[in-house]
Amino acid sequence: MVVQHNQPGSTDQSLIRNFCIIAHIDHGKSTVADRILQLSGIVPEREMRDRFLDRMDIEQERGITIKSQAVRVPWTFDGTEYTLGMIDTPGHVDFTYEVSRALAACEGAVLLVDATQGIEAQTLSNLYMAIDHDLTIIPVLNKIDLPSAEPDKHAEEIAGLIGCEPSDVLRVSGKTGEGVADLLDQIVMDVPAPKGDPEAPARALIFDSVYDSYRGIVTYIRMVDGELRSREKLHMMGIGMTHDPIEIGVISPDMTPTKALGAGEVGYVITGAKDVSQSKVGDTVTSALKPATEPLPGYRDPKPMVYAGLFPIDNAQFPELREALDKLKLNDAALVYTPETSVALGFGFRCGFLGLLHMEIVSERLSREFNLDLIQTAPNVTYEVTAEDGSEHHVTNPSEFPDGKIKKIVEPMVAADIIAPKEFIGAVMDLCQDHRGQMGTMEYISTDRVEMHYRIPLAEIVFDFFDQLKSRTKGYASLDYHEDGEQSADLVKVDILIQGEKVDAFSAIVHRDKAYSYGVMMTKKLRELIPRQQFEIPIQAAIGSRIIARENIRALRKDVLAKCYGGDITRKRKLLEKQKAGKKRMKMLGHVEVPQEAFIAALSTGEDATDRDTKDKIRAAQKTEG
Amino acid sequence: MERGYPLEYEIYIHVPFCMRRCGYCDFNTYTAVDLGGGASRGNYANMVIREMRLVHDWQQAHGIDEPPASTVFFGGGTPTILKAADLVAVLDAIRETWGIVDGAEITTEANPDTVDADYVRELADGGFNRISFGMQSAVPSVLRTLDRTHTPANVVAGVEAANAAGMRSSVDLIYGAPGESLDDWRTSVKTAIDLGVNHISAYALAIAPHTKMGRRIAAGTLSTPDDDDEASKYEIADDLLGAAGLEWYEISNWARPGYESRHNLGYWRNVDWAGLGPGAHSHYNRCSVDSPEGVGERTTTPLGLRSWDIAHPRLWGRSIDGGKVPWAGSERISREENLEETIMLGLRIREGLDLSRLGGAVDMARIRPMEDEGLIEIRDGRVIPTRTGRLLNDTVIERFFDACSL
Repeated sequence: MVVQHNQPGSTDQSLIRNFCIIAHIDHGKSTVADRILQLSGIVPEREMRDRFLDRMDIEQERGITIKSQAVRVPWTFDGTEYTLGMIDTPGHVDFTYEVSRALAACEGAVLLVDATQGIEAQTLSNLYMAIDHDLTIIPVLNKIDLPSAEPDKHAEEIAGLIGCEPSDVLRVSGKTGEGVADLLDQIVMDVPAPKGDPEAPARALIFDSVYDSYRGIVTYIRMVDGELRSREKLHMMGIGMTHDPIEIGVISPDMTPTKALGAGEVGYVITGAKDVSQSKVGDTVTSALKPATEPLPGYRDPKPMVYAGLFPIDNAQFPELREALDKLKLNDAALVYTPETSVALGFGFRCGFLGLLHMEIVSERLSREFNLDLIQTAPNVTYEVTAEDGSEHHVTNPSEFPDGKIKKIVEPMVAADIIAPKEFIGAVMDLCQDHRGQMGTMEYISTDRVEMHYRIPLAEIVFDFFDQLKSRTKGYASLDYHEDGEQSADLVKVDILIQGEKVDAFSAIVHRDKAYSYGVMMTKKLRELIPRQQFEIPIQAAIGSRIIARENIRALRKDVLAKCYGGDITRKRKLLEKQKAGKKRMKMLGHVEVPQEAFIAALSTGEDATDRDTKDKIRAAQKTEG
Repeated sequence: MERGYPLEYEIYIHVPFCMRRCGYCDFNTYTAVDLGGGASRGNYANMVIREMRLVHDWQQAHGIDEPPASTVFFGGGTPTILKAADLVAVLDAIRETWGIVDGAEITTEANPDTVDADYVRELADGGFNRISFGMQSAVPSVLRTLDRTHTPANVVAGVEAANAAGMRSSVDLIYGAPGESLDDWRTSVKTAIDLGVNHISAYALAIAPHTKMGRRIAAGTLSTPDDDDEASKYEIADDLLGAAGLEWYEISNWARPGYESRHNLGYWRNVDWAGLGPGAHSHYNRCSVDSPEGVGERTTTPLGLRSWDIAHPRLWGRSIDGGKVPWAGSERISREENLEETIMLGLRIREGLDLSRLGGAVDMARIRPMEDEGLIEIRDGRVIPTRTGRLLNDTVIERFFDACSL
């Protein structure tokens, strides 16, 4: 292992280079990062593979917390040892704010693009954010070892986006290591050194905060001014809490306690904080003894954008669901939840998420890590509803939608950026139009790919937009979006009634023009999904008291085994026992037995209204509107 | 739940041979003449008789002391593919082994193509008194779909031969074959009635996925039988048969009073029976061993036992040659399972489910609503399914399970 001369707490800022890597998922960020660790000598080559595997195991055991969020890497260039701070960025669309904090902790960003695929919308959006933060961009094409790589084409694309020459775009292979040393040299040459005030009161930016089941909350910080010492009390300026630091240190590549962290350095602190909400991303850490007067700019509380109900299929699992959410919350300050009772689904939680991906991650973790069988209701956004009597309602759940006449409904909007090959321009435009999108500008980012800008209601995005975008562009389009104010819109609540009983889980707030198709599709879906029973079951969709669509499940007429002789008895008994077990998974809605699968399938968004019967029924429903 | 013991005792003989396999057939039957290992058509009676002796010894060794048989039933497959003398020899051996009560019902199933007047006469002389013909349909196109080879005229001849020999006869019908119209079905039922038989069975076509017909349906070359169509056909059969004086006594069986199949009623009353032949099931209400082979601890718990013979005739024959009762498997029937069987079988028959057999386990508040819904009638402590209750029999059974907290 190499001997490091630059010690934490006493490294001159001029020797420090802090950077992050901006890359789309699968574009090879971790392979390149691993190569960097290896080349720097802090991980010996022979340990590389073991270490990598090792880390995966621990990650599996302990969740995602052990990841090298911020590694201190020595790199000698021109005979001088530099200290590189390599900061990880969350790569996805819902975590824009987290990404922006990670960017704020750096002076440079490596833009890593797969040479076989080119840049994706989310990467582009993060790139723009990095440019907005005035970061020095080092463009890099990865996977140049692959035969399908098209480095020249994509170098041109990148050059056009960041305003450099195609020849400035570095070419590397994380797999073979080719070009990675050059990349490190380039970082030292191009990325500016930090320019904080080492003498001022300490100010450090929290750019990540994770729960580790062994160590508690580990908070990753970038020192901006001054110095934090291991025995000083820390103060979180935004939330106003003071903690005793248990440990201050750097990661290189293991957690290494140090006596101090100085201006410009990247490291971690462990405090007694119980969950990540006591140590929030974006907050400023200062010394409690000698506090700074002004926090660093840009702190805000993440605000849930999308809500959905989560209900255990087996209601007995409700306490387990609560426990699981409490545990996830340790690691996820943005997750909010309150208990909710549904007539149809029993006890569960109304959960708020940053976006669809955040929602998917949470529900996948609940099922994978906590073994919970859940029904998730259709996601919806928050609405500000003003009733005719002037009363105002903050609606995060269709059941909170006020009855009676509505004066005004305001819904959240997003600015959506879509990158797609040019042959799909028409398809994307149709899709956006169908989803109430207002077209902004469109740019060619290369000769055959365009970036299109739309303003779209968030509600449209959360419903089925992304799936449809993927299917209409054969998977080639990528999407990024961020909040963009709000608008008032003509929205209605559509209820679904089974045998005359309103089923709260299926209610949805939709645009009036979409109400008919929602009603028709939902009633048709349920007709397919609910098994025939002893009596006829009407299924209706209604706006208020007005029925807009109906289907009938005819009464079951025959449900009998024709032959039951000596050799059939055991089999028949076992079949009945199996059916009995299946009945336990049925929800009773009034007298109607509804299989859990029906809820899951009915609440999954997806297919288009393409069959003729559906189209006819939607048209008929719209006609009755007159 | 304590029942008078011993109950009636019945014998079932499975004959696993056919000339050819019908497209819908899911039974344990083989078209080869000789399957090796002594399992040939010619040697079959001999093998069954040897099995009978092994089973009798096993019963003796395990505290099962059965009375003389009150019914004997030869089913298949096609029992009448064997020589009449073979069937009679098996019957004689049963008489020797367990005895047969006076006036016992002795039935064989018959393919109308495999019997003639002489054959029927030989059976009657040997002690058979009932014959059940596989008629299936009177409509040629339907018979073709069902893959049946017999000519409708042979059914008439068979029934006449049975009448002449003084035997009772029954015919089986199948409804719901792809392409069968409601009128086709009416024709079949009326034709069956016109035969003058006193017993008719009518079964909805059941499609097993691995049969020839099942594969054709999966491939889309044949339409799936439709439950609603089958329900209508059930009602047609019940109306026509009832009007002709044949009353339903089990979901799929109609008879003039006194002509019910006593053997089959035994199954629905859950009596004891020994099933002999490949794949045949046996049932004993009380058996004093844990292990069917007699290995293991004896128990005084009056658990029931059901066993089933090895399905393939060759392996079945090998087991008999080795002196072992040729069982493929068995299960002990717990009290709870016995209750489930009592319910599901009792709710199939017109004599109904005897509520006293449920031992007070049933919550009647959950049963009575089914009367109002027109699914059941309750008379003299017995629950009888209505026609709707017969068609929705599984629903009724499930609600009984619920009401018994099963």
